[in-house]
Amino acid sequence: MSASEAVRERVQIPVVAESLSEERIAYLEGLVSQARTAAAVFTQFTQEDVDRIVKPMVLAGLEQAHHLACLAVEETKLGVMEDKVLKNMVATEFAYNYVKDKRTVGIIREFPERNLVEMAEPIGVIFSLTPITNPTSTVLFKCIMAIKTRNAVIFSPHPSAWRCCSESVRIMYEAAIKHGAPEGVFGCLESHTLQDNAYLMRHKDVGLIDATGGPGAVKAAYSSGKPALGVGAGNTPVYLEKTADLNTAVVDIIVSKTFDNGTICASEQTVVIDDEIYDPVLKKFADLGTHICNEKETEQLGRTVIDPKTGFMQGMAVGQKATDIARFAGISVKPNTKLLIAPIQGVGREHPLSAETLFPVLAVYRAKSVDEALKVCVDVNHAGGLGHTAVIFSRNDDVIRKFGEVMNAGRIIVNSPGSVGALGGVYNDLVPTFSFGCGTGGGNSTTDNTNIYHYLNIKRVARRTQAHMWFRVPNQIYFNMNAVENVKDFPSHCTIIITNPALEKFGHVDIVRRYLSPQTHVHVSVIPDAEPEVKVVMQGVEALNFYKADQIIALGGGSVIDAAKIMKLKYESPEADLEELAAPFLDLRKRVVEYPTEKINRVRLVAIPTTSGTGSEVTPFAVLTDKERRRKVTLADYSLTPDVAIVDPQFVLSMPKGLTADTGIDCLTHALEAAVSSYASAYTDCNAMQAIRMVFKYLPIAYEHPRDEEARSMMHNAACIAAMAFSNASVGVNHALAHAFGARFGVAHGRANALMLPHVIAYNAAVPTKFVPSPYQKGHVAHNKYATIADLLALGGHTVEEKVKNLITAVEQLLDQLEFPRSIAELGISKEEFERAMPELTKLAFDDPSGRSNPRMPLMSELADLFWSAYHGRGLAEGAKTSQQRSA
Amino acid sequence: MAMIAVWLKIDEERVVHALQEAGAALDSADGEVLLDFSSVRRIVPRALRVMEEFAGIADNKGVKVVLRGVNVDVYRVFKLVKLASRFSFVS
Repeated sequence: MSASEAVRERVQIPVVAESLSEERIAYLEGLVSQARTAAAVFTQFTQEDVDRIVKPMVLAGLEQAHHLACLAVEETKLGVMEDKVLKNMVATEFAYNYVKDKRTVGIIREFPERNLVEMAEPIGVIFSLTPITNPTSTVLFKCIMAIKTRNAVIFSPHPSAWRCCSESVRIMYEAAIKHGAPEGVFGCLESHTLQDNAYLMRHKDVGLIDATGGPGAVKAAYSSGKPALGVGAGNTPVYLEKTADLNTAVVDIIVSKTFDNGTICASEQTVVIDDEIYDPVLKKFADLGTHICNEKETEQLGRTVIDPKTGFMQGMAVGQKATDIARFAGISVKPNTKLLIAPIQGVGREHPLSAETLFPVLAVYRAKSVDEALKVCVDVNHAGGLGHTAVIFSRNDDVIRKFGEVMNAGRIIVNSPGSVGALGGVYNDLVPTFSFGCGTGGGNSTTDNTNIYHYLNIKRVARRTQAHMWFRVPNQIYFNMNAVENVKDFPSHCTIIITNPALEKFGHVDIVRRYLSPQTHVHVSVIPDAEPEVKVVMQGVEALNFYKADQIIALGGGSVIDAAKIMKLKYESPEADLEELAAPFLDLRKRVVEYPTEKINRVRLVAIPTTSGTGSEVTPFAVLTDKERRRKVTLADYSLTPDVAIVDPQFVLSMPKGLTADTGIDCLTHALEAAVSSYASAYTDCNAMQAIRMVFKYLPIAYEHPRDEEARSMMHNAACIAAMAFSNASVGVNHALAHAFGARFGVAHGRANALMLPHVIAYNAAVPTKFVPSPYQKGHVAHNKYATIADLLALGGHTVEEKVKNLITAVEQLLDQLEFPRSIAELGISKEEFERAMPELTKLAFDDPSGRSNPRMPLMSELADLFWSAYHGRGLAEGAKTSQQRSA
Repeated sequence: MAMIAVWLKIDEERVVHALQEAGAALDSADGEVLLDFSSVRRIVPRALRVMEEFAGIADNKGVKVVLRGVNVDVYRVFKLVKLASRFSFVS
């Protein structure tokens, strides 16, 4: 195998390499190898090392600016030497001014509040094409950018600008090496071909192509399969609007279009002038040394400088003086004419001078309205200049904004020269550059002014953030016997008491009334159902509206209080859409739906629970039953939390045993789930643990001795304390299962929770099949927490496993004491019916937001397993089959 | 286990010279050479060229080259220029 074959095989360029000689390939490989070594060595350099090199390079460029400008004009035969000196100075001094304080090594940006830092990674080897129009300034600029970012560059100058470019590279290289840059950091192709470029563009060791050149070069770069930066053609429209400062505008346009004989691609091409100012503007142009072409001259000019076959500018005109161009076109002009102005009537091939012209020829168009002007600008923009630059002279902010909206241009220059304005850093705060990205409009990857950040890969080091958490409860909670007396301290001109029929019958409503002011109008609204529906809620809202109530007292169990919360929501914000507000969410703080904050009416909600259960008096949740679709609709927002909670045990002394058991277990479930929730915190743990202790101690007593005031009082407080915990830590999969099962089969909530509870504890304590991706939870802790609870309850056990087992046993014993059915089967639900309901149950349970904070992420199959365990009333080890076993 | 016949400490100030000496010592090496890079904080292009030559000579003589104490910055340079695979590394 010959050397070139070996090389070709290594770099895998089968087609291109065919036309390159072995010597040529060896030469190109040498350039790449040198650059690669330099780039590798460069990675060791610190910010200080780099900055120590950049400054002397800039100074070297400034010192040689004149020399290089002369070389450029002499070699390329286009442009203006004096302007090229300025370009070289902008490319060095202005570029340096932008980069000098920028960090480009190591940590480059820090966001401490986000626990995030950005770090710089160099590209490596950059293959850079440079143009004929701005040869030396582009090289100077890119050299500075490359060193600042620790990259090596291989330059491929335009063949007609090779000498001045390679001289620029030499000057920059010598300055860089002298001050410590690695050898080989810059290379420059000596007289190259398209094949050379293609070879290097595809070379595996070239990290980036930076193509500042014609459309062919840019297209080749993007077609190479490598990351690339490119530029685009710039047919720059200018809108000279009637409110503009005309003196400044005309001079700016002349400055820009004549700068370096119009070779900067951002220079003005067609100026669209409002009719009202058209004639005065043209007179100003004429007075300042331009030639206004007549119709015949315009036609001659178009034929001369635009190729009729392609519609593109003729190369021989690029960068030439106006007087020379006039001579080519056979137009007689004064000797010092600086610009040829050609009025046109439209845009397109039939108006040749509406195309891009990189020479001092400017088309002008008379527009009769702002609308027409903008449209013509759009036409020019689309006629070969998409993504590049647009210019407007105006003092009308609305027009400027509209212009910005309709122009597809990376740079929209306002009240400044286009070409020098687009360069950045001179007339405005754009980033200085000599490479204008034109975005997708121009077939480029960016609209940016290419700068140091395009020569870097940015790495982001993201540390774990500690999310802010919260502990939110009503700001007034009154508890213990006769706490209801406190209602007298809440002034109200009209109070609606929401309650259920039984409580009205028992006289509880009268107890509340007793403490309300005689001046307060009191009305009672009775909710007939144990689980109210939307229509019942809306009836309550009607009553609130009718009586113009300013206070709601919700006296009842969880359903009554939940109904009252929604009544308050709809009364205060009638436009609130309950269906929308019940939309699912993953993170409360990122939810899509926003609860209304603007309120038409304001009403105080006082919640007086009459069960020791749901804790709805302090929670931000409200659950309605959708009987038609057999599901629960849950609303969750802290704006739903009652304003006042009154936890007065006198209202629970007459609770029947069944209700005592159901609500008591609901309370225990709240506390247990809050304790192991992925949202648990120190604030919620203390409440959860305390509630669990109180339930285990006092619930059996309250069940057996309903008139025991202490037991009732403790259970009533326990329910509220547990609710404070789960209001902030949420619940878990137990509730998700219970919601689904309870709604489907009409089983009371507490009872449904009880059926699931022992199985869920065992499930959560086991090593999860799938962990929850929760930022609030650190590690697998549920089993330890259950063990802690077991210790709190003095259940014994030496290992975590034993303690968890003891806790499950204690829960089961409590359920037995409370005479709960221990399996779903005992409720008379057949296996077949349960099997049929299973798909619906598992889906409902999975979709229930309660499950999202479970410490273990429940899979659908695991939810089914849990349901079956509860159906049989035994653990998995004792007979219930897993979903895998059932399907086997 | 092969006996390490040659051990050389590479001084950062004289990396190229040290590597050239190491090259000369390959003839007397008995299967393995250890180069101690622990005092080399940074490597220059010329040293990389010499390293590549050294690796070539070692390959031809069938001598294994072990580099010791190479810091991660220098190691990265070796990786970038595809030299890392030609040596063994120990801390």
